[in-house]
Amino acid sequence: MTWRPRLLAALALWLACIGPVAPGRASDDATERELEKYRQMLKADPWSNPGQLDADRGEALWREARGPNNASLEGCDLGKGPGRIEGAFAELPRYFKDADRVMDLESRLVWCMEKLQGFGRSELLKRPYSKANQSGTELEALATFIASKSNGATFAPSLQHPKERAVLALGEALFFRRQGPFDFACATCHGESGKRIRLQSLPYLSKPEEARQVVGEWPAYRVSQGTVMTPQHRLADCYWQMRLPLIDYGSDVTVALTMYLVNQAKGGAITAPGLKR
Amino acid sequence: MRRLLVGVGIAGVAVGGALAQNRHDPDRAVLEKAIKDSWQQVAPDWQRRLVQDETQAACSLYRNNPPPAVAAAITAREKASIKYPADGKVMGDWKKGEKLAQSGYGMRFTDYPPRAENGGNCFACHQLDPKELSYGTLGPSLAAYGKTRNFAQADVKAVYERIYNPQAAVACANMPRMGASGFLNLEQIADLTAYVMSPESPVNK
Repeated sequence: MTWRPRLLAALALWLACIGPVAPGRASDDATERELEKYRQMLKADPWSNPGQLDADRGEALWREARGPNNASLEGCDLGKGPGRIEGAFAELPRYFKDADRVMDLESRLVWCMEKLQGFGRSELLKRPYSKANQSGTELEALATFIASKSNGATFAPSLQHPKERAVLALGEALFFRRQGPFDFACATCHGESGKRIRLQSLPYLSKPEEARQVVGEWPAYRVSQGTVMTPQHRLADCYWQMRLPLIDYGSDVTVALTMYLVNQAKGGAITAPGLKR
Repeated sequence: MRRLLVGVGIAGVAVGGALAQNRHDPDRAVLEKAIKDSWQQVAPDWQRRLVQDETQAACSLYRNNPPPAVAAAITAREKASIKYPADGKVMGDWKKGEKLAQSGYGMRFTDYPPRAENGGNCFACHQLDPKELSYGTLGPSLAAYGKTRNFAQADVKAVYERIYNPQAAVACANMPRMGASGFLNLEQIADLTAYVMSPESPVNK
């Protein structure tokens, strides 16, 4: 294992570059510039992304026999057959006959942990997201690992099954649904090119060129939080900011929005775990 | 022509012609069921936030580009929501307004019990005081807004109304209806009005 010293070196360099990151406000553009430098370093040495620690732990969790059934997740079918994980994330969300439901990576992981390993759903979802500066939760580590196994692949949702197409249509309608005390829809902030909140740039997610640049970065290591963040958590965070209650993990809404975003990003490269502010 | 019925509010209004041809909207019942099913652990007072009012439903259906008759119904309804301070003074304290314009606090589920007053978060989307470099661009720049209008009394009132309920002027505007929703009170809106319209405010320096 040669990457750990390199990881530490990269972290030290990053800390020297940008110091502690204050979210929001005037530090954002300087932070963003330093992050871009750091992203370039990561391209030269992908193993220096701290999110790789979570992917690494996710791999161990995937292979380990765990839960009441003392089973590993290697029998889990992510759409390409049991245990076939290379490129699986690129084709999610998809319809799963055994569950009779369209599932994204994270809802599928929960399903496999329930069915194969025998974990209770409420136990699994008691604390799905890590807090700032904690290492990723088991679900986050597993999702990061599986997503990283599609690195270099491009998003290619199947949309063969009528339920997949229905979920896509639902996701699109949800993207434009205005709600809550602020009347916000996803489209309020992500419906035009070149806009920003304070200094934070906002991708126009209904435009494939822009969606392709950002969707494949999730799960991503968030420098301001010091932790990895999955697509599920990212969407929950948007709804939090929109003043809605905490959305259920693996809900119909998050799966449908993920389908919409992945379809917009069709053909875009997966670079998970990405590195975000 | 395709006819869709949108909720109770604008039920019976034929809307087919105004919708883009290539859209495949799910039934509204399917959409609303997905919403309900996706927030199952929610207390009743929070559940209300998930339910659309007539204006939200219409703006979602038309993706913020309603046909003229629907737009007119929205602006009329939203205009009727506007309340003014009892003393009629829509120009408050710009210094308080400045604080409110900087703060994005309030009504997120992590904001309970409240530790501060709700903030207007104007800088998230607008340029105001040109010295503040951290401003968003989702809304137009409001730098020198009052000065450009010679601080006219009619514009002071219009700004108050625009903050209270922007959809009274522009149907399906992106900006939150901060007065109509009860997020900001009348005094706070008057303070924000002063921040935009007062000759002493840094916005107009």
